[in-house]
Amino acid sequence: MNNAPLDMDVRFKRGEFSLNVQITAVGGITALFGRSGVGKSTIVAILAGLLRPDEGSIRLGDHVLFDSAQGIDIPPHLRGVGCVFQDARLFPHLSVTQNLTYGINRLNPSHRVSTYDRVVDLLGLKDLVSRRPLSLSGGEKQRVSIGRALLSNPRFLLMDEPLANLDGKRKDEILPYIEHICEAFSIPVIYVSHAIDEVIRLADTLVLLDSGQAVAQGTVEDIMGRLDLSPLTGRYEAGAVLNTTVLGHDHGVELTRLGVLGHTLFTPKIDLNTGQNIRLRLRARDISLALGAVDGTSILNQLPVVVKSINMDNGPHVELSLAITPDFEFEDNQPQIILARITRKSFSALNLAIGKPAHALIKAVAIDRRSLGSFGKTNRRKQHPK
Amino acid sequence: MDNLSPQEWSALMLSLKVALWATLGSLPLGVFTAWLLARTKFVGHGVINGLVHLPLVLPPVVVGYMLLVVMGRHGIVGGFLYQNFGFSFAFTWKGAALAAAVMAFPLMVRGMRLSLEAVDRNLEQTALTLGASPVRVFVTITLPLMLPGIIAGTVLAFARALGEFGATITFASNIPDETRTLPLALYTLTQAPGGETATLRLAIIATIIAFMALIGSEVLAKRIKRLTAGDDHE
Repeated sequence: MNNAPLDMDVRFKRGEFSLNVQITAVGGITALFGRSGVGKSTIVAILAGLLRPDEGSIRLGDHVLFDSAQGIDIPPHLRGVGCVFQDARLFPHLSVTQNLTYGINRLNPSHRVSTYDRVVDLLGLKDLVSRRPLSLSGGEKQRVSIGRALLSNPRFLLMDEPLANLDGKRKDEILPYIEHICEAFSIPVIYVSHAIDEVIRLADTLVLLDSGQAVAQGTVEDIMGRLDLSPLTGRYEAGAVLNTTVLGHDHGVELTRLGVLGHTLFTPKIDLNTGQNIRLRLRARDISLALGAVDGTSILNQLPVVVKSINMDNGPHVELSLAITPDFEFEDNQPQIILARITRKSFSALNLAIGKPAHALIKAVAIDRRSLGSFGKTNRRKQHPK
Repeated sequence: MDNLSPQEWSALMLSLKVALWATLGSLPLGVFTAWLLARTKFVGHGVINGLVHLPLVLPPVVVGYMLLVVMGRHGIVGGFLYQNFGFSFAFTWKGAALAAAVMAFPLMVRGMRLSLEAVDRNLEQTALTLGASPVRVFVTITLPLMLPGIIAGTVLAFARALGEFGATITFASNIPDETRTLPLALYTLTQAPGGETATLRLAIIATIIAFMALIGSEVLAKRIKRLTAGDDHE
């Protein structure tokens, strides 16, 4: 795997807008997440070489793409950055094949990302190649656009909200392709998005952007589990991400059992094999707390937790981060965090405080397909990449 | 067309030759000027823009006179050309072509510039990120996408060149078989008694040619549009 880290440290100012970011992306899929207007598109343009920052540097391993101190600014066509834009940007006067092969002669023979046949095969483009771009659906266009970028032999792939223009069904059509690109072509991906479900599903590393700055970067699980960052990931959508393993299915009641730190979580049935790892996002507002295990309830999932930190400055709500207490027989003690949002009233009624044990109650029906992350994503992090 | 007199026939062929050379000759400069005006910013941008459009608003006779001053045998440029290469524009069909080219130039540039401004710059930037050099981007993306405008501008310029009168008669004069194009022949006929039938005939011919040019460009533009607009079943 091409693991040259991408280092970006730039400043850029235009009128009221100012950008000051330090980002490091090390292989895999790095997601740049932030609401609209935080400067995501500016970062994309700067990385691609289409916009010149005021100062700073951009490096890919030993390769300097931009350095204001040394006066280096590699023009976009020599940068080797493959771009996939929100609006696909296929060339309307060329056929799909001509689009795909447009950048195929980029002089970088030492690093061939892929062959035409492999890209056409992996992205399912066989039936599209003789057609014209304007006759394609949104999802098909985006697949061609991804293929075109891959065939231009890029050093890394820059995807700028590639799913933002697509409806839910089309998104689900493209997501698996994007999931596989990174592994199949051994190419680092920068994925820009304002949709947290896409980020959770795809990303290895998450960079959180706010008002022109990279506020935090780390693994998806770490960032999503931080209470102080939850306003940035969206208060309504806020929630932590757990690494779980499929334990099995209860076909009679259409449920799937997921294992986390030796405990079992029930979810509506997911079409996955036993033993597979998946990410699970639990929204803070879907979680209730009790001081002990509760009998006589419809809530299927009860996890023993310990209160780790508390955030009180949110009106009638209190947000808590909770560390799951591992089952005593469980050995892998990577801490896993849940976020919960309860009312101030319940908070004082339960007398909660940091260090206090409790039980997190999670309704199984609150978990849907959109809460599930990439298959094998967690696998990849624990094992070594091939 | 059997009943065309040799003089009429000569005027017609000369007109076509002059207009063709005028348009094809100024085509590269037209594309370059359109690009300069649509895509670049520089000091004097407004001056260039004004100069290009000047023939549109000046009396053609003034343009012809200016050409005479600059490009005539004793002119600044014309004198140099004549003394060093023995080449002269004045009072030859080449002079008529030059006059027609200058007069038609604003129309040509206008059509090209409009279509160039309509080209999505995002597509050009995308081509850059795919590793294409700026020149390759221009040739493979920009030029094909502005082709309808290039054709429209060229046809319009051709039609304008066919009809050029004032600048031509001033700069290249009205010499039979050399600079007497259709409009000049028409004018000459109206000055002599008994030329009514011949005048009408030439007028009809001029109308037919102009009309054919317009229809031809329409058909061509449609075909190109279909090609670029991505119809699978062309």
